[in-house]
Amino acid sequence: MALLEVNDLTVSFYTQEGVVTAVDNLSYTIERGEKFGVVGESGAGKSVTALSLLRLIESPGEIESGEILLDGDNLLEMTTEEIRQIRGNRIGMIFQDAQTALNPVYTVGEQISEAIRHHLEYDSEDARERSIELLDQVGIPDAENRYSDYPHEFSGGMQQRAVIAMALSCDPDVLIADEPTTALDVTTEAKILSLLEELTDEFDTAIQLITHDLGVVAELCDRVMVMYAGQAVEKAPVEELYYDPKHPYTVGLMSSIPRVGDDSDRLRTIPGAMPDLIDTPPGCSFHPRCPYAEEACTRTEPGMITTGDGANGSQQSARCLEYTNDLQHGLGFDVTIDDDLSERVRGEQHE
Amino acid sequence: MSLQKFILKRILASVPVLFGVSVVTFALMHITPGDIVDQLVAANPNVPSHEAARLRREFGLDQPVWVQYLDWMQGVLTGDFGEVYSSSRDVSAVVLARLPETIALGLFGWVFAILIAIPGGIYAAVNKDQLGDTVSRFVALSGISIPNFWLGLMLMAVFAVQLDWFPTLDPQTSLLSPSMLWWLILPGVTIGTAAAANMMRIMRTSMAEELNKEYVTAARAKGLPERTVILKHVLRNSLISVTTVAAFLTASIVAGSVVVETVFGWPGLGRELIDAVHLREINLILAITLFTGFFIVLANLLADIVYALLDPRIRDEY
Repeated sequence: MALLEVNDLTVSFYTQEGVVTAVDNLSYTIERGEKFGVVGESGAGKSVTALSLLRLIESPGEIESGEILLDGDNLLEMTTEEIRQIRGNRIGMIFQDAQTALNPVYTVGEQISEAIRHHLEYDSEDARERSIELLDQVGIPDAENRYSDYPHEFSGGMQQRAVIAMALSCDPDVLIADEPTTALDVTTEAKILSLLEELTDEFDTAIQLITHDLGVVAELCDRVMVMYAGQAVEKAPVEELYYDPKHPYTVGLMSSIPRVGDDSDRLRTIPGAMPDLIDTPPGCSFHPRCPYAEEACTRTEPGMITTGDGANGSQQSARCLEYTNDLQHGLGFDVTIDDDLSERVRGEQHE
Repeated sequence: MSLQKFILKRILASVPVLFGVSVVTFALMHITPGDIVDQLVAANPNVPSHEAARLRREFGLDQPVWVQYLDWMQGVLTGDFGEVYSSSRDVSAVVLARLPETIALGLFGWVFAILIAIPGGIYAAVNKDQLGDTVSRFVALSGISIPNFWLGLMLMAVFAVQLDWFPTLDPQTSLLSPSMLWWLILPGVTIGTAAAANMMRIMRTSMAEELNKEYVTAARAKGLPERTVILKHVLRNSLISVTTVAAFLTASIVAGSVVVETVFGWPGLGRELIDAVHLREINLILAITLFTGFFIVLANLLADIVYALLDPRIRDEY
C-alpha cells in the first residue's frame, strides 16, 4: 500500500465570477520515503493540492470529491480533531516564503516547540531541547542561543531552515514543500535543497516537492507529476521525464529552460496563457497552446494513458490523444541530448 | 537605547507640548471677554467700581497679558498653581480632591471599552461577513454615532428612573467602597461606549487582516487547535494596531468626561472645568488643561511601551 494515495481529488473555489475548478480529478500516489515532484506553471493547482492534503482549503474553496488516503485512512472523512492530529504530526509543511510563514512576535524556538509540545506531549524543557537539536540539524549555528531569537533576527536562508525544522519537528511521514527555495538566492537554494535531501533520507520521510523549477526537480526527485490547469498531464520517473517526455506541455516546459550557449535572441516560451479555470476549453485543456493540436483535440478530452514501464517498475503516463491513437499526425518533437548530459528538446511544427 | 532612556526622552519631549498647551489656553482665556471680577460683580451688583479695581489689582489682572503669563509660569515652576479666586483655595488642592473621581470614571470606561471591544472584535473577525459580524458592526456603528450626552440621558431615563436599578444622584459613598460600583456603572458605560465601538472596529479590521497572513496557515498546518491559533498567534499581532487607536481614544475619554460628568453630576475634574470656565477661574482652567495634556502624553507613552512588549521588532529600536 502506498503511503499517500490521492484519488480523483477535485477542489473548487466559488468566486463571484464563477466556479473555479482549481484541482480537477487529480490522482497520484507517493510511496514511503519517496521524493515526488509536482511541477507546472503558476495557477496549475499545485499549492491547492498541497493545502488539500492538510484540509486547509479556506472559504470560498471547497474539496468537492475524491479521497486522500494516508496509510489507508481517508483524510477527507476525518473529524476536525482527527485531522489536527495529522497536521504537523504525520504531514509536515514547508512554506514558500519563510519570512511570512513565521509569526513575527514569537521566538523561532517557541514556534518549533509548540508543535512538539502539542503532538508529542513533551514538557517545555524537553520540547526546548528537541527544538535546539532540530535547529542544529538544519544547520543553524549556535542553536542554543538562536533558539530565543525572533524571526527578524534570522537571515532569509536561516528562516527557511527554521521552517524546515518546524515541519520536521514531529518526525512526519510526508513532508510537503511548496516552492521551498523560490524566495532564496541561488547559492542558498542549493544548500537548502541538499539539506532537504539529507534530512528526508535520514528520517525516511516522503516528500512532495512543489516547484516550477525543473532544475530543482532533476536534482531532488525520484518521480514527477506535471500539472496543467488543475490536472496531471504527465507522470513519470524523473529520468524518463527528462529523456523521454510524453506530453507536449512537458516538452514546452523543457524547451523554455534558458540554456547557456543558446544563440537565439529571445527566450523560448509556450505561446498563450493557461486557460481560465472557470471556463476551461472543451476537449484537451492544453489544445489552444499545443503546437500539435488537431481537430480531435478540441472535441475529445484525453484520459491518463500509461505509455510504458520505466525503470524500477515505475510507470510513465500522459494525458494526450496521441496515446489512444486519435491523432492523425502524431507528436512531431524529438529530444536531443547534449554531450554535457543536459537535455535539449526541440519542437517542430508540422503544418 | 534602553527603555529607561526612551521613557526619559519621551517625558522631556512632553515639556514643549505642555508649554504650548498653556500658551494657547492662556491666550484663549484672554481673548474671551470678561474675567473673574466681572463674574463676581455680576453676581453681586452692589460692589462699587473701585472695589472691583482693587480686586483686579490684588489678583494681578490689571497687568499686561505677558506679565500675567510669566507670573503664572514662575509659580508653576515652583510648584504653585495659584489659587481659586472665588474661594481662595489652592488650585492644587482642588485638582487633587477631584482627580480620583475622574480617574475612577475614566478607568471604568476604559476597562468597559476593552472588555467589550477585544472579544467583540475577535468574534466579528473570526465570523467575518456572517450574521454575528453584521450585527456587531451595526452595534459598533451605533456606538460611534450616538452622542454621549444623549446616551447618558437615555441610560439614566431607562435604568435609573424607569427600572430604578441604579442610583442617579451624586455618589454618597467613599470612592473606595464596593458599593461605589453602582454609581460608576451608568456614567462609566456612557463614557466608554464610543471608545469601545471604535476599538472594536479596529480590532475586527486588524484581526481580519492578520487572519489572511501565511503564518496563520502555518500555525494551522502545525496542527494547533483553532483556539490557540487565534488567541496566541493572531491576537498578539492584531493588538499592535489596536494599541495605536487606544492611545488616541484616551483623549476622547478625557474629553468625554467633561460632558458625562455634567450629565451625571459626577464630582470630577470635568465638571470642575465647566464651572471654572463659567467663572473665568483662569488658574483652575490652566491647571486642569495642563493636567489633561500631561495625561494624554502619558497615555501615548504607555502605548509605546505596550508596542515594545507586543512586538520584538519595535523593541529592538529602543
